[in-house]
Amino acid sequence: MKISDLSVINKFNKDNVIVEKLDTLINWSRANSQWYFQFGLACCAIEMMAAAGPRHDLDRFGNIPRASPRQSDVMIVAGTVTLKMAERVKRLYEQMSDPKYVISMGSCSNSGGPYWQHGYHVLKGVDLVVPVDVYVPGCPPRPEALIQGILELQKKIKTYSTLGKEV
Amino acid sequence: MSKQDKSIIKAEEMVLNMGPQHPSTHGVLRLKIHTDGEVVSKIEPIMGYLHRCFEKHCENLSYEQVVPFTDRCDYLASMHMNHAYSMSVEKMLDIELPERVEYIRVIVAELQRIASHLVACGVFGLDVGAITPFTWALRDRERILDLFEMLCGARLLYNYIWPGGLSHDLPPNFIQYTNEFLDYFEPMLKEFDNVLTENMIFVERTADVGIITPEVGVNFGVTGPTLRGSGISHDLRKDEPYSVYDKFDFDVPVGKGIMGTVGDCWDRYWVRMREIEESVKILRQAIAQLPDGDVHAARPKKVRPGKGEVYSRYESARGDVGFYIISDGKNIPYRLKMRSPAFCNLSVFSEISEGWMMSDVITILGSLDIVLGEIDR
Amino acid sequence: MNIQDIANKLKTDFSESVEFLEDTLFIKVKPTDWLEISEKLKNHDDFKFDYLMCISSYDCGDKIKYGVAYNFKSTSIGHELEVRLEVSDDESIPSVVKLWGSADWHEREAFDMMGIKFDGHPNMKRILLSDDWDGHPLRKDYDTPEYYRGMPVPKDKTYWE
Repeated sequence: MKISDLSVINKFNKDNVIVEKLDTLINWSRANSQWYFQFGLACCAIEMMAAAGPRHDLDRFGNIPRASPRQSDVMIVAGTVTLKMAERVKRLYEQMSDPKYVISMGSCSNSGGPYWQHGYHVLKGVDLVVPVDVYVPGCPPRPEALIQGILELQKKIKTYSTLGKEV
Repeated sequence: MSKQDKSIIKAEEMVLNMGPQHPSTHGVLRLKIHTDGEVVSKIEPIMGYLHRCFEKHCENLSYEQVVPFTDRCDYLASMHMNHAYSMSVEKMLDIELPERVEYIRVIVAELQRIASHLVACGVFGLDVGAITPFTWALRDRERILDLFEMLCGARLLYNYIWPGGLSHDLPPNFIQYTNEFLDYFEPMLKEFDNVLTENMIFVERTADVGIITPEVGVNFGVTGPTLRGSGISHDLRKDEPYSVYDKFDFDVPVGKGIMGTVGDCWDRYWVRMREIEESVKILRQAIAQLPDGDVHAARPKKVRPGKGEVYSRYESARGDVGFYIISDGKNIPYRLKMRSPAFCNLSVFSEISEGWMMSDVITILGSLDIVLGEIDR
Repeated sequence: MNIQDIANKLKTDFSESVEFLEDTLFIKVKPTDWLEISEKLKNHDDFKFDYLMCISSYDCGDKIKYGVAYNFKSTSIGHELEVRLEVSDDESIPSVVKLWGSADWHEREAFDMMGIKFDGHPNMKRILLSDDWDGHPLRKDYDTPEYYRGMPVPKDKTYWE
């Protein structure tokens, strides 16, 4: 399914009035203004910062960095999660308000990364403590890869049914 | 309130936690700040939230396989980490490198120094409240990352400098693009200077704040631009030149207390800005003197040093990187310890922030320019 | 001064505690006299080692002794020195925190990673790992724990298969 099939803007071409499900309108507004929780841990945080920088602008998708978990919808876990940090990740995830999503950026938070073999203090994948929606591979993933991950999350949000039965 | 009521007011010390997740702690660092109202009396940094067992990995991988792991220690200056590690292995093996390899290493290291200092100065401005210089610094840094991507395919973690040589030779047109970048960059640096360096608000927030005296600096093992901001001219590239640094003509900028006292936050920022200019000078000379040759000529087939140990030092963007390697004759290091400059720079943090306010704590931390990957390893 | 001269000068005062083997680049010192020797290394005019660069801990490999290597440099004279001390689990090394401030965190890391105890240190706690971690990871016979506070620590890919 292409993301343009889910788009609401195209329906405005014929007239100023459209008839749509309430679900679609809610999903449209949620997907295009994901405020992400600035959770940069290691090297991937620098690529996240570069993605928010002037060349690969994340603000054009509606994503703004927020420092507090209570004000954000998406948590981008960028970097290696160690055992000492894992409890804090879980606590911060629980402080976010629903609906919340998690993007796991980089191979360290996907599955332990290059430290999987002898890392006694590395959590082999952040999905052992929080549920993850989108995995972005790479070490570190390019900012364009992170943008693709965000677009995948937008697709996921647009197919979710808030008021009706869960899809 | 009358004078008798003042005896009822009790003042207690408050412990404030700046948790591991915070927008301006430059990574996952936890600070326990003991304050009396707004004035700080003691800071206890708690680290280990990014301890990735680098030294244990090195005891199980061969010498060549360790190079990508050194990248990830200081991820803002990975070429410097690669170079420092390769130099220590070459010291153990006693290899003579071709001139072209040394010159390319210097070119790449100085480009990396410019990129790292741009991030340091931009993020320092962001901590103090200036957002525009941060976007300008990132814009110029993207052009350096384009050059690196042309060279070895990666934007951030390169795995380029191997013991005994390099992974690839320079691609065609690399020199031409680098010259174009340098011509574009010098006026941009002046613009950055104009906006931030003598800005009244910036000077008010950073001058006379967080002074490191030379004695305290040397006692705590502080090195790099953090120490040079206090007036001590201590730069490994000039004092004990390694590689081909003795063939270049450059100065070592040292803090002079222009806007306040010697050794304050403004001095450390100013030293980094001037070092960017010196790096541009070195780059132009290195490009002009670049010889021809084969970069793969000196790479050993097997890296198997004899028994012994080596401690080699290198001047990275943050200070004095040391690699202490003990070898027992196999192709796997027996023990590898990385002496990280940011570890020692952070240990002086509690000393210099006594008596300042909470908002100055952020300024001082920004001026120390730490990278948590290097501190925790 | 090169290492042979430094070793000879130190041996005149501390002949039983200082040992220097030919063809090596370090001086071995016994922990009993370490405080006096370090004080002399810092303050005496011949040495003047005011910059302690690094303290590394290493495992001697025989499960009995663990060693510490100190790397010094003098900013005024310019010479370098490496000093090694080796202790077993029941001995401890006097701390040099009062002489060199950089020893503070380096000694805590040596304790954390290798289990070497330092006497007289103001804050001998773990620095990189959590306070309730078992064991000292950089020892050669260290075994990764299976679980830590409920989180699994898989050692290889069989966990996911």
